[in-house]
Amino acid sequence: MVGLMIGAVIVAVLPLIFILGSLIVRGAGSLSVAFFTRMPVPAGETGGGVLHAIVGTLIIVGIAALMGVPIGMGAGLHAAEYPGSKISWTARFVADVMNGTPSIVVGVFAYTLVVAPQKHYSAFAGSLALAVLMVPMIMRSTEELIKLVPNSLREAALALGYARWRTSLSIVLRTALPGIVTGSLLAIARVAGETAPLLLTALGNQYFSVDINGPMETLPHVVYKYATGPYEEWHQFAWAAALVLILVVLVLSIAARIATRQKFGGARG
Amino acid sequence: METSTLTAMYGKFAAVKAVTLQFPANQVHALIGPSGCGKSTFLRSLNRMHEMSIGGWVTGRVLLDGEDVYGPGVSVIQLRRRVGMVFQRPTPFPTKSIYDNVAAGLMLEGKLPRAELDEIVERSLRRAALWDEVKDRLKGSAIALSGGQQQRLCLARTIAPEPEVILLDEPTASLDPQGTQRIEELVFELKKDFTIIIVTHNMQQAARTSDTTTFFYLGTMVEHGPTKQIFTTPQNEQTEAYITGRFG
Repeated sequence: MVGLMIGAVIVAVLPLIFILGSLIVRGAGSLSVAFFTRMPVPAGETGGGVLHAIVGTLIIVGIAALMGVPIGMGAGLHAAEYPGSKISWTARFVADVMNGTPSIVVGVFAYTLVVAPQKHYSAFAGSLALAVLMVPMIMRSTEELIKLVPNSLREAALALGYARWRTSLSIVLRTALPGIVTGSLLAIARVAGETAPLLLTALGNQYFSVDINGPMETLPHVVYKYATGPYEEWHQFAWAAALVLILVVLVLSIAARIATRQKFGGARG
Repeated sequence: METSTLTAMYGKFAAVKAVTLQFPANQVHALIGPSGCGKSTFLRSLNRMHEMSIGGWVTGRVLLDGEDVYGPGVSVIQLRRRVGMVFQRPTPFPTKSIYDNVAAGLMLEGKLPRAELDEIVERSLRRAALWDEVKDRLKGSAIALSGGQQQRLCLARTIAPEPEVILLDEPTASLDPQGTQRIEELVFELKKDFTIIIVTHNMQQAARTSDTTTFFYLGTMVEHGPTKQIFTTPQNEQTEAYITGRFG
């Protein structure tokens, strides 16, 4: 039995090791300081970097997090604190459906809402799509973590003369916060690698741009564009960009672990 | 504090049936009875915590200084500052330091000057007989304390805002004998300043600490009187059966 379980673990971890391994083998060679600080060079030349895509990914994911994290946390807090209410039931149901929705559908949604009316692609539409993907994940993880806070703590605060809202915010949410931060960072890391919704919204941009109303380059799109291109140097480039994308996700995950470590105690995620 | 035909319901089930009792100030009042007899529900009705339970509602009156705490226009929040409560299991706030735990109830009124806050925190910890053990680590974790220390911390947190009445819901149920003894000594000390109502499963505890004792059975108040009388010459057969250990 133990042997079977160990076998399952190996099978589960193996693809991950292969992916990481081949990314490092094929991508690390093209990584240099220039890769992080320079713009791409025309086909045929060597060198250059993906500064525009790194900055673009940070901006798009950053704005998505600013929109998605507070909404997801607030909805999760409500669902956990008023579990019987109709709103909570509806929100939970919608979130579960949303969690299973293909991301390209969300991309189409942002396309219809922002890109089509203004008749040009925009980074903001990309942020919107990523935020929509993020909210149900954050809501559900927040709800689960808040449910772990013992009811006795809630009662202690109420008995001390805390108002209901104050108990929710300063005792319950505060106690569950490290886990919620972890859940949110994992949700952010998860959407940072999304490609399909960005193809329909932020599109991509071969120039450096910080205009959130216009098209913007992102790391997943760089991988897509250069991997499907005809040149060997482009393929190298795509490997390196994929490695950087994985590193960004890795850094976020490690940040999530560090955020979980806290002064005293409370729920952990 | 007193109650007048207080009935506490869970949906259609009456957990406490028409209980009328007086709790004179600066005394310790013990509520005893077998599990499920309604004594905890009765206690939770006094600071309106019962209505937080699913399906919880009450009829009758609870008077604090002659004013009905269930009357219209009464602030539940203000009431709970006047009627503090300590629970069966210690409930320190895990994200707050020892100092901030004691100060938690004081912060609600708005900011106090730092010096005044320091003074109240120290005085509350001294009254809860915890100061000497924690004075060097006030900024440290509250959940690193032992169970008995945590319960005394909760007591300090409850007395810091200077309530009039303190409700103790089986405060020593999760403590070892030493922890229990310290809490009992404190109860005796604290009645100089507060009216204390204590629910307990422990008959010896009721006999040792309280001035009056009330015996509950099946939601009804069976007998109420001076502790000495209840334990030596109970008037009711059921009371006698319970305190002599024949059931419960």
